[in-house]
Amino acid sequence: MSDVVSTGSTTRVSLTVNGVRHDLDLPARRLLSDALRHDLRLTGTHVGCEHGVCGACTVLVDGAPMRSCLLFAVSLDGAEITTVEGCRSADGGMGPVQQAFHECHALQCGFCTPGFITTITAFLDDNPAPTRDEAREAVSGNLCRCTGYVNIVSAVERAAELRREPTP
Amino acid sequence: MKPPAFTYHRPATVQEAVQLLDAHAGEGAKVLAGGQSLVPLMSMRLAAPGHLVDINHVAGLDTVEVTSTGVRVGALARHSRVEHDAAAFAALPLLRQALGQVAHPTIRNRGTTVGSLVHGDPAAEMTAVLAVLDGEVELVGPHGSRSVGAADFFVGPMETEHADAEVAVAATFRRPPAGTGSAFVELARRHGDYAMCGVAALVTVDADLAVTGARVGLISVGAGPVVVDLGPAVSGSGGGVDTPRARELVDAAIDPEDDIHATATYRRHLAHVLTERAVAQAHEAARGTRRSAA
Ligand SMILES: Cc1cc2nc3c(=O)[nH]c(=O)nc-3n(C[C@H](O)[C@H](O)[C@H](O)COP(=O)(O)OP(=O)(O)OC[C@H]3O[C@@H](n4cnc5c(N)ncnc54)[C@H](O)[C@@H]3O)c2cc1C
Ligand code: FES
Ligand code: FES
Repeated sequence: MSDVVSTGSTTRVSLTVNGVRHDLDLPARRLLSDALRHDLRLTGTHVGCEHGVCGACTVLVDGAPMRSCLLFAVSLDGAEITTVEGCRSADGGMGPVQQAFHECHALQCGFCTPGFITTITAFLDDNPAPTRDEAREAVSGNLCRCTGYVNIVSAVERAAELRREPTP
Repeated sequence: MKPPAFTYHRPATVQEAVQLLDAHAGEGAKVLAGGQSLVPLMSMRLAAPGHLVDINHVAGLDTVEVTSTGVRVGALARHSRVEHDAAAFAALPLLRQALGQVAHPTIRNRGTTVGSLVHGDPAAEMTAVLAVLDGEVELVGPHGSRSVGAADFFVGPMETEHADAEVAVAATFRRPPAGTGSAFVELARRHGDYAMCGVAALVTVDADLAVTGARVGLISVGAGPVVVDLGPAVSGSGGGVDTPRARELVDAAIDPEDDIHATATYRRHLAHVLTERAVAQAHEAARGTRRSAA
């Protein structure tokens, strides 16, 4: 049987966000970005353009980066979501990509940063030792109005190094 | 920038999806595939479907099959899945050559190849790929199923030959003859944007490396993908493709328009230049297929 939900009511969605399972009753029109920010109060995910162009809202869905502003939460029943809050290290400190951004001064206002952190985290899983060109290509779908990107590309390389270093 | 309210349906089978689309056709029911075109249109309030039939949970549509005739891509195969499929690349390198230029990887992780065909944006790379390879789209509706060839499928800008209650279940990209090389070349204002012009090219050479055929499919210079047979520009003597003649053939087929991204004149210029580049690359690739076969 199909799952029909009327416009006035809500539908039950189960999402695992940063390892924690949430059962939410959401209106069908709720974007994943808003479900994260408003319903789960995970405001690390930023919303810039809200039509898929800027990349600020990028989260990982079952490990793959996607624009959370272009997804209806109801469509993702059963999915595993990782937001920037989930990109920290196991001890709760900064994760390697976050640490690299800090060291390389890869952010200024920080608005675009969550989208870069998630995108780069997934990229380095697939390509642990990228060239500078590959690093540039990896972040080409994310817009930053402040930095000019040079330090962000350096941070991709630094994050790759940090991930290779044994944790002390 | 919030999408308007709609009634959500999550069918488990194609038949159920078709029934739902049929039952709510009067209220503007639409299929939700990757949502990478539909959600922004809804957020910008350019579309307000009363019902969305979400096919993301329909079993059996997430397929990429390589057959003797071509590559059949199911409705839930994301662009990235098709792009990275090794067997599909071996059979039809043009798929990966074009998909690498469709939006950004993040969009390709969710957007479907079949969805981009149904959406029918005249700037969508895969429309030209389907058209130049003479492929077809399989549709299932309340009255059964049918296949529509690319020549009939693309009707106009954002308009394709499918009824409101039909689900496109797959598209098949047909294999060109042996000895064919391919290339996809485009120019966009920013990396990952829709192109101002793009060209998919196929060049076929025989065992003596003489060119026997050439075809291009262009985007962003017409109401839909424009296929041009460059046969008349192929010199029979084993040379290549006659560039001035190819230009004339392209010129006669395209009908670019001015918009905020580029003037019609500039798009026409791009069609010439990019055709030349794409044909040269495809020609080189065609020689390569013969060399590796030898
Ligand atoms: C920032 C950005 C940049 C982009 N750049 C490009 C680009 O350069 N080139 C390009 O080609 N595309 C681009 N796209 C669009 C992207 O390729 C989409 O994935 C694609 O156009 C639509 O696929 P979808 O699965 O997301 O379809 P949806 O958005 O879900 O649907 C689009 C339309 O097709 C219909 N539909 C979809 N699937 C079916 C089906 N199986 N049966 C019946 N109807 C169906 C829907 O009802 C809807 O009307 C871009 C998108 C964004 C957000
Ligand atoms: S807010 Fe989602 S891409 Fe800009
Ligand atoms: S740091 Fe300000 S937009 Fe990127």
